[in-house]
Amino acid sequence: MSIFHRNDGFVHPVPSEITPQRVYEERRMLLRGLATGAAGATLAAWAGRSALATAEHPGKLAALPGVASKVLGAVSMEKATSYEDATSYNNFYEFGTDKSDPARNANTLKTDPWSVSVEGLVKKPGKFSLDELLKLSAQEDRIYRLRCVEGWSMVIPWVGYSLVELIKRVEPLGGAKYVEFVTLADKVTMPGVNSRVLEWPYVEGLRLDEAMHPLTLLTFGMYGEVLPKQNGAPVRIVVPWKYGFKSAKSLVKIRFTDKEPATAWNKAAAQEYGFYSNVNPEVDHPRWSQATERRIGEGGLFAKRRKTLMFNGYEAQVGQLYAGMDLKKNF
Amino acid sequence: MKKLLMHRAAKPVLFIVCLLPFAWLFYAAAADQLGANPAEALIRSLGDWTLRFLCIVLAVTPLRVMTGTPALARFRRMFGLFVAFYALMHLLSYVAFDMEFDATEIAKDIAKRPFILVGSLAGVLLALMAATSFNRAIKTLGAVRWRRLHQSVYVVAALAILHFYWMRAGKHNFAEVAVYGAILASLLGWRVWEAQRKLRLGATRPGRAKVGSAAILQKR
Repeated sequence: MSIFHRNDGFVHPVPSEITPQRVYEERRMLLRGLATGAAGATLAAWAGRSALATAEHPGKLAALPGVASKVLGAVSMEKATSYEDATSYNNFYEFGTDKSDPARNANTLKTDPWSVSVEGLVKKPGKFSLDELLKLSAQEDRIYRLRCVEGWSMVIPWVGYSLVELIKRVEPLGGAKYVEFVTLADKVTMPGVNSRVLEWPYVEGLRLDEAMHPLTLLTFGMYGEVLPKQNGAPVRIVVPWKYGFKSAKSLVKIRFTDKEPATAWNKAAAQEYGFYSNVNPEVDHPRWSQATERRIGEGGLFAKRRKTLMFNGYEAQVGQLYAGMDLKKNF
Repeated sequence: MKKLLMHRAAKPVLFIVCLLPFAWLFYAAAADQLGANPAEALIRSLGDWTLRFLCIVLAVTPLRVMTGTPALARFRRMFGLFVAFYALMHLLSYVAFDMEFDATEIAKDIAKRPFILVGSLAGVLLALMAATSFNRAIKTLGAVRWRRLHQSVYVVAALAILHFYWMRAGKHNFAEVAVYGAILASLLGWRVWEAQRKLRLGATRPGRAKVGSAAILQKR
């Protein structure tokens, strides 16, 4: 075998072989972030637009336009899941345990009038009407990956703003360490609340720093329109780096506490659903692997499963929140 | 009713009816009508139909005795074979669409999810019964041994419910498990009750019950 060859210096591997996909995708993210800082929002909006173009506007509900987000990682470049799939395949146990139940049953939900009370360890507690909340900060377009603990995923264009905008407004006291989200539990309009599958109301929670992370979204819409009822209308939380059940729907109360909130799934099965529930391919659910996921709408029956990413691909943005923590113990 | 059951076309018609769920699923899979997560929908539907046919086949004997329609016994073997058929399709679609035929993945998955082992075990028992379902097999095995083998359908019922229960346990969703569990439990309970009744009858009138069961055996 000859070591030297006259083609030396001309034969290169293709760049995609040198750079792992995740790294160059993050570079793109970084570039977009730089664009925000240096060249202003114009370039960032342009970069975001290419991804937004893949999201359809279904024309089913009232429009809720958003502006381009300047938050790092806020706009995934992946192809958005179809509106049809995102609104017909849902876990929303208040309307039934089958994935098709929410789309069938949620029409009874009354979203007007609606208000969210903010209480607990804050300087300015209060009750916010939906209208006040909608206007509290500029609505932004965010395209997030959504990973369900059951092993499937979607890409959804949400509309909302960082929860931290609201948190700043109510001024948490020094003792506030956690934020608890209480959701609606109405036996009349939510048939599932009569079942004993979970303890109602459905309660979720975040550590204060998680809640204040700019990616944590107070969400009012998706696909450029207000939230469909089966997706948690009229206002919900979306935490893209955690399993989907952490993102509480149809919020009625936000409470600031000094103790870790007792969350719905954690109460139901503590050894299976931890408080953190960060997406983590290395920490399996006790009963199934979390290493891979099925992307909904991708190639039908014969589609290959995808590898699940650490923190659902948001490690660059949120990894530092968990520095020094044993993620196997704090699952 | 009896005439209808004994009609020459009864079996072929029933055969086609039993195939309808499969035909629908096959069509829906091909036409992309299985919703957002087709693999999951297909695997779960096939599992549901396995359970339903298991209920049907185990209902044949109680119905036959309670309503006094011996003609029903003609269909028992066919229903049993359909249980095995849907179970096999269920297993095969799991291997193909969930595990992508990856043997190491399947091994890991079984270690992770014991309900899959339980389901597979039920599948093996069903395959054994299906493989020995023809008349010659009864002769070869001998009636007693054949009967004992085919009584493992009761084990299959228990394994199937355990499989379903464990699968739903992750999400605390037991409503349907309870329905199937209640149906299967009452069908098996009836058999226990019936056996005890026969035993009591046998004690007061010796010989009678034995002759009866021998006659049933011969009819096969």
